[in-house]
Amino acid sequence: MSDLLAVSDLTVHFDTDEGVVQAVDGATLRIAPGEVVGLVGESGSGKSVTALAILRLLRPPARVLGGRIELDGRDLLGCSEQEMRAVRGSQISMVFQSPRTSLNPVLSVGRQIERLLVRHAAARPGQARERVVEMLREVGIAEPERRARQYAHQLSGGMCQRVMIAMALATSPRLLIADEPTTGLDVSIAAQILDLLRDLGRRTGAAILMITHDLGVVARLCDRVVVMHAGQTVEWAPVRELFHAPAHPYTRALLRSIPRVAGAREMEPIPGWVPSLLAPPPGCRFARRCALVRSECGVSVPVHAVGEDHRVACVAVEASQWTR
Amino acid sequence: MSTLVSVSADEAPARRSAAALLWRRLSRNVMSLAALGLLVVVALTAAAAPVIMPYDPDAPDAERTLEPPSRRHWLGTDLYGRDQLTRIVYAGRVDLLVALEATAVALSLGAALGAVSGYRGGWIDQVLMRIIDTIQAFPSFILAMGIAAALGNRLTNIVIAIAITHVPIYARLIRGEMLRIREMEYAEAARTVGNPRRRIIFYHLLPNCFPPVVVQATLAMGFAILTVAALSYIGLGIRPPTSEWGAMTAEGAGYIVSGEWWIFLFPGLAIMATVLSFNLLGDALRDVLDPRMKGV
Amino acid sequence: MDALIVDDLQKHFPLRSLVPWRQPRRVHAVDGVSLRVGTGETLGLVGESGCGKSTLARCVLRLIEPTHGRIFLEDEDLTALTEEALRRRRRDLQMVFQDPTASLNPRLSVAATVEEPLGLHTELTGRARRARVDEVLEEVGLGASLRDRYPHQLSGGQRQRVNIARAIATRPRLVVLDEPTSALDVSLRARVILLLAELKRRLGMTYLFISHDLSTVRYLCDRVAVMYLGVVVEQGPAAELFEHPAHPYTRALLSCIPEPDPDVVPERLVLSGEVPSPIDIPGGCRLRGRCPLAQPVCAEPVPAREIVPGHTVACHLV
Repeated sequence: MSDLLAVSDLTVHFDTDEGVVQAVDGATLRIAPGEVVGLVGESGSGKSVTALAILRLLRPPARVLGGRIELDGRDLLGCSEQEMRAVRGSQISMVFQSPRTSLNPVLSVGRQIERLLVRHAAARPGQARERVVEMLREVGIAEPERRARQYAHQLSGGMCQRVMIAMALATSPRLLIADEPTTGLDVSIAAQILDLLRDLGRRTGAAILMITHDLGVVARLCDRVVVMHAGQTVEWAPVRELFHAPAHPYTRALLRSIPRVAGAREMEPIPGWVPSLLAPPPGCRFARRCALVRSECGVSVPVHAVGEDHRVACVAVEASQWTR
Repeated sequence: MSTLVSVSADEAPARRSAAALLWRRLSRNVMSLAALGLLVVVALTAAAAPVIMPYDPDAPDAERTLEPPSRRHWLGTDLYGRDQLTRIVYAGRVDLLVALEATAVALSLGAALGAVSGYRGGWIDQVLMRIIDTIQAFPSFILAMGIAAALGNRLTNIVIAIAITHVPIYARLIRGEMLRIREMEYAEAARTVGNPRRRIIFYHLLPNCFPPVVVQATLAMGFAILTVAALSYIGLGIRPPTSEWGAMTAEGAGYIVSGEWWIFLFPGLAIMATVLSFNLLGDALRDVLDPRMKGV
Repeated sequence: MDALIVDDLQKHFPLRSLVPWRQPRRVHAVDGVSLRVGTGETLGLVGESGCGKSTLARCVLRLIEPTHGRIFLEDEDLTALTEEALRRRRRDLQMVFQDPTASLNPRLSVAATVEEPLGLHTELTGRARRARVDEVLEEVGLGASLRDRYPHQLSGGQRQRVNIARAIATRPRLVVLDEPTSALDVSLRARVILLLAELKRRLGMTYLFISHDLSTVRYLCDRVAVMYLGVVVEQGPAAELFEHPAHPYTRALLSCIPEPDPDVVPERLVLSGEVPSPIDIPGGCRLRGRCPLAQPVCAEPVPAREIVPGHTVACHLV
């Protein structure tokens, strides 16, 4: 089955007052149709920038230096702005972190969804209104007719996010990118939103790229996981593989550094600090913090397989070396 | 244990100080650099006047009255033969000093009123703001005129007159900033640590209100100069023989028809160039400080 | 002697009413909470947004005045103190705030920030004071070399350490921490949590730890109290509460947390609807409209009962 989205070797730099920030360095990932892929990393790891690059939403001072982004084989980096507008919102949608600020405060939420339908799905205003109510119901909003007439500030954070998801799925996109959609929401609401995303994804057949720093979210929602560190993609694995047999030293350190509810384990912070992206070290950017560092790490980082569908960008880890 | 106590000095590189970053941004704008440059020249020349100016501003020279600009007198002479260039530079001392003093007084008083008003709220705020409203109800120049006329036109009184008309601006500005800042967590933290209220207002919060005040003060300097020039123009300001730009322009007005253009033009240009420079600098500062202001 | 005793604390905010003669409606942010924190103990206070935990924290510190109830810091009634006496007592009652950037004065250097409580509350001056500041900076893992830096020259984790340094400088009897790791990045949280644990062990600090992050609470706290809509619904030793949660709300909360393990699929106790407004609170159990186990008896006021020594629950059905 060919990939829905294939990002290869993406590099993005930002020109700032203090120098050039090398935000993303050779990022690679693949998403198959209908799959839920988690993109995990700390803040500053480049995951949001990668998502914005996919949608060609980056503006100067950001510069895309190299790489390919292919949607169904079609190169998105080569598209014109007009062609991209047809892609955004209809083939690829995005849901952002703070839902209330993503909604227009002066239009009722129903009106906003209506406009979207009229624009992208060529619906007539009368039909659109009915569809709006239906969609709000689909995302689990009670009393959808009343809510459609309300404004963003009258809805809770969870409800705003549901509206955003409704808008994102209105045009039946092939891919939904969700950038930290539950950060800042209460735990119980976040759980509901995640369930909603998973159910809607299954029902509409949309693939989901879930960007988050929360490994728990990834464990609950995703089929496959991509781990990013300091702008580099370092490990790609199916979700159970990643948690039970993490290969990359960063992934292993990350898993050791989070406190857990079920049974207090020993917690160990990741040694060292994320390198400055203004002057990142050559080769693997985790090398300075890594217990397995070798001289080759500063030169280049080969990617190889360590299991079925499980790849890692690390010199020190080889297929035969570690045990489950 | 070692990972905890290890000195995290390399966790974030020591970025440049705030002042250095400010200068970098300011120096990008050519106009603002020119404005700053001009002001520095004016200030230095004014300060060094007794040393570098060849003539005595008050000494008449009966043989060289009403001379146009020449090599001896670069900006010409007036009715009494006094060198215009020297007089303009000396006048600069007066104008700048008055503007500076008036701004300093207005800022201090306005900041204190605004800070207390903004932080305390309640009836204190109401009373102080009504006083400010009363002052603002008068057109500022009329008010300055009135105060100058009432007190008499000695230098100190003019400073007071201008200062009073400027107090409301600073009071309102600081009050607004204070209303915003007092909700910030470091204001709460200052209380938690055990600071008495006066220290919270004046030591913690007030210094953080300053970026917009710096912008306002720079602009207000220009306005103060205009006010003292205008007051002198109508005779309520600095008394002759002390030279002052506005008074010199008034003198020169009588000569427009008879053709001695240099007597009013140069003082007028001096006013214009200085005020314009203050405005440009103020605008540039606003652009530079604005994004920083949001971070404060 | 307990470090902190909170006795029936209530905080109501009256809403402005358009009709002046009618009784104003009130937001019942904290509606009768009683707690105890023993010396050297860490009590975790958990709950979602709107449960009143932050308001409670601010009442304990008397940053806002409670409407009713009393607060005892080592047997001294804080609510009865004058403003000046309270100010002096703040030496023993400190707080670490949530946003590490917003809680530092951007114009003060690290040393100035940490020095301030020492200047206000101790007799230390000059060299002795500076030495103490350096000592505290070492204790929180910052090192004296950072003393002259300003907040904008520090990373998020470092700023939070400065906050902690400021809070422990006078060796307070109680430190209230309001979501101290929520604004930090995932990898920094571990360090700060370990630091707090270390300080507790080494200096015998007493913490009131407020958080919505249950996994952090599990790690750090000896006892936990769960709040919902202004009241405590369950209280007990941490291990006990997490392993045998009794109240439906606690169970629902625990079941919602995504564990970083795809094989762990907790049995979800789903609460329907959303948290009701704290203005018109229904009588009886506050969870009534959302609880899947609700029974007619739940309309009656709920007493807190001890099911196991030290573990109390406010639920009719347990």
